[in-house]
Amino acid sequence: MFKTVPKRIKEIRFGLISPKEYRKMSVTRVITADTYDDDGFPIEMGLMDPRMGVIDPGLRCKTCGGRAGECPGHFGHVELIAPVIHVGFAKLIRKILRATCRECSALLLDSNQKKKYLEQIRTMRKMGQPIEDITNEVFKEARKPKICMYCGAGQLDIKVEKPSTYVEKMGDHDHKLMPSDIRVRLEKISNEDIEVIGMDPNNARPEWVILTVLPVPPVTMRPSITLESGQRSEDDLTHKLVDIIRINQRFQENREAGAPQLIIEDLWELLQYHVTTFMDNAVSGVPPARHRSGRPLKTLSQRLKGKEGRFRGSLSGKRVNFSARTVISPDPNLSVSEVGVPLSIAMEMTIPVYVTKRNIEQVREYIRRGPDNHPGANYIERSDRRRIKVTDSNCEEMAETVELGWKIDRQLKNGDIVLFNRQPSLHRMSIMAHNVKVLPHKTFRLNPAVCPPYNADFDGDEMNMHVLQTEEARAEAMMLIHVQENILSPRFGGPIIGGIHDHISGMYLLTRGDSRLSKSEILDMLSKTKIEELSEPAGEVDGKPYWTGKQAVSHILPSGLNMAYKAGICEDCDTCKEENCELDAYVLVKDGQLLSGTIEEKAVGAFKGLIVDKIIKDYGSARGLQFINDATMLGIKGIMHYGFSFGISDEDIPNEASIQISELLGEAEDRVMNLILVYNEGNLEPLPGRTVDETLELKIMQELGKARDSTGNIAGKYLGLENAAVVMAVSGARGSMLNLTQMAGCVGQQAVRGERIKRGYEGRTLSNFHTGDLGAAAHGFVKNSYKSGLSPTEYFFHAIGGREGLVDTAVRTSQSGYLQRRLVNALQDLEVQYDGTVRDTRGMVVQFRYGEDGIDPMKSEFSKPQAIKWIIESVTSKEVE
Amino acid sequence: MVGGSNPSEPVFYIFKGMNKVMKGTKSFSLLDHNIVPHHLLLSENEASQVLKKYNIDKEQLPKIKVKEPVILEIGGQVGDIVKIIRTSKTAGEAEFYRLVIE
Repeated sequence: MFKTVPKRIKEIRFGLISPKEYRKMSVTRVITADTYDDDGFPIEMGLMDPRMGVIDPGLRCKTCGGRAGECPGHFGHVELIAPVIHVGFAKLIRKILRATCRECSALLLDSNQKKKYLEQIRTMRKMGQPIEDITNEVFKEARKPKICMYCGAGQLDIKVEKPSTYVEKMGDHDHKLMPSDIRVRLEKISNEDIEVIGMDPNNARPEWVILTVLPVPPVTMRPSITLESGQRSEDDLTHKLVDIIRINQRFQENREAGAPQLIIEDLWELLQYHVTTFMDNAVSGVPPARHRSGRPLKTLSQRLKGKEGRFRGSLSGKRVNFSARTVISPDPNLSVSEVGVPLSIAMEMTIPVYVTKRNIEQVREYIRRGPDNHPGANYIERSDRRRIKVTDSNCEEMAETVELGWKIDRQLKNGDIVLFNRQPSLHRMSIMAHNVKVLPHKTFRLNPAVCPPYNADFDGDEMNMHVLQTEEARAEAMMLIHVQENILSPRFGGPIIGGIHDHISGMYLLTRGDSRLSKSEILDMLSKTKIEELSEPAGEVDGKPYWTGKQAVSHILPSGLNMAYKAGICEDCDTCKEENCELDAYVLVKDGQLLSGTIEEKAVGAFKGLIVDKIIKDYGSARGLQFINDATMLGIKGIMHYGFSFGISDEDIPNEASIQISELLGEAEDRVMNLILVYNEGNLEPLPGRTVDETLELKIMQELGKARDSTGNIAGKYLGLENAAVVMAVSGARGSMLNLTQMAGCVGQQAVRGERIKRGYEGRTLSNFHTGDLGAAAHGFVKNSYKSGLSPTEYFFHAIGGREGLVDTAVRTSQSGYLQRRLVNALQDLEVQYDGTVRDTRGMVVQFRYGEDGIDPMKSEFSKPQAIKWIIESVTSKEVE
Repeated sequence: MVGGSNPSEPVFYIFKGMNKVMKGTKSFSLLDHNIVPHHLLLSENEASQVLKKYNIDKEQLPKIKVKEPVILEIGGQVGDIVKIIRTSKTAGEAEFYRLVIE
């Protein structure tokens, strides 16, 4: 087998281009500032010289013979009459002028110093370390001598007038250094000295930062646009080059005519200005060159810099066609795999259809409907690749003329497959393929059950849609990234899509205890699902048949399903009573019939969803998708049947409960005071490895924590299992018992960095307390509940604790985002081969077995080796330890 | 460091008499330490079998330096292949192979 190892870039060298090289790479010298002659042909040796590349279709490049699009373009050059400074190097020129002798251009350091610095630079280079620190020191040292140690010439101070004027101080009058003077000085610097200032004399002679030749970028880089009126409009760069060449010519004429020094200097400065703004039109101290309209010109550095520049705007990020973006909103009546697309978007986005014998009648119908009658067609491409826009007026005629081999752009319609994405795209489930459902209004609609993989909510989130353009892409999307193929997360081998919020509350209400439904009720329950046959009733009361809520769920389970597990509401009794559990926490499914247990988050929820997981692994992803659809529909019907609301009065607890809570808190505070007393007497026994102070803090925290938890228990007891907040917390739909405790019982200790609040004034947190008060209230214990309301000091402490939480999340997201970026960059090329090894692009082995065990986590049972356990369970219908 | 830096040569501490009996102590082997995975030198025959199994050249294996203390301990030479048996969280025990380099 022949293997080629890809070549590696060994090094990249940066340097300056010499005038000689500029001339060598130039295909023509540009001498006239004109672009096109009266007939519209480019002028030879003008700015649009055809040797510098072609932009007009049909013409050929005079240098390489390529057509427009093939020819990359070629540089030309302008011979500058007088040298000018390159603004990008103004700082370097300043540093070099100050560090070298004004007469002999020697670097003003003695030979020992030079040797020392050169040595340092070479070792740093060898180690691949930056040399800036050393060269900066060289410049700093070489600036100091007042007299040249080589030729004895006195050194003068050099002042810089921004951006690129250098002035020597000669006694009381100033002498301006012209670029030509500077160039002479730079030319005289010896190769040895150049190395000491960190430059490479072969690649970057310092005098090359003073331009004597200006390269003219190829035409392809500054294309002119022909307006509809036939007028040509030139690129900003061309405008700037015109300015440079004009001034260059005038300069030459004036100098040859022997114009006075003053005029020459003025023209020189003007030339400098134009060359400066050609490089960078945002140099401080230079008024930006403007277009006739007053708009600043976009010159070379503006093309590269910033968010919309070449790097961030064009290379790291690009825009694509066939994509749409809008706000998302929920629609529980859609299937999980569907996406609701606004009609206005569907009419804009198209799918190419090739006309064949089989579909020509269909195609005719699309064209006949035209662009304004969804689903119609927007464009027709004939076999000679000419595109015709379908309009209201030509659609009838086009429908008749359409031929085999043509292509039409058909509007998006129901059932089409599209990619749907929400940033940040952190994992593969951030982009999934959905089926289109065209709907009125202006938002993308999606089933709330697919929110977890996208991490989406509806507080104004926007999402992107991409329409696939080829048959291959659509097939691939269907098989690899369709929603149903992504229900199981490759992160932990469980479902990431499942019921959320109301779906879970609804299922819980429907299945707990022995809820009974009449015939019309159960039919209503199942009306949104795909179930078409009703099972036998569970029994009869007063001659009327009834069904249980568990039977309703049994309808949507696949027949033959066997499962047994302990639900999330299980309290881990010492001996499990299984089917006879008082809490109805033992879920038992036999042959697709739910015999006992309550359906809640652990059964159908996103991230947990044991039943969803089991169905996908035993019956396939399509059945899994149908189950999620049915379960969410049933859940919503269930919650609507029982009714579900939560208000402030749901946190009401009876008077006796409030009294119990305040007594409990009072006792806890007494115990804290007692601890402080013991501490003050010096009798507190320190815990192992702790100081006495730490021990006190720990014990107080422990005491108050216990107190808060018991208030929660009291509140929970009085609220009862019918309370909506309790239902949500117990079923796992939303919220927790802790949230409930804080609402009805006691908010508890506020903490900063895991400790009681200590900061504030000297010895106390607020001026409301005595200095040295160690009590609960003085250090952020909130004994009120959110319902009863916080006291001013409690409110303040709560704000402190809340702020810390906000800061933490902000810091964590940015840090973990960067960490993930670095990991992805390092690992993106690794691939699991067919032999189970993990290798990089060169074929180097990274792991001999993927993950050391060769297991695909997506196909594992919640990342645990449980396959055999599951098989036993599904055969015996008993939970196995 | 800003701009990144090339890692410098790793430092291997070679103690005098590492493989000898130290005064007053029992001799010890690195491999006896519970967090040092087991390293085995492969014979030429075994080595070629490993390469054949994965259909690779020697150069495509992960590397290990001869100066590495374990390699000194088991007496590996440049060009040898060592088999490493590590305890693994996922698989219990996992096999790795490394090429000894300079």
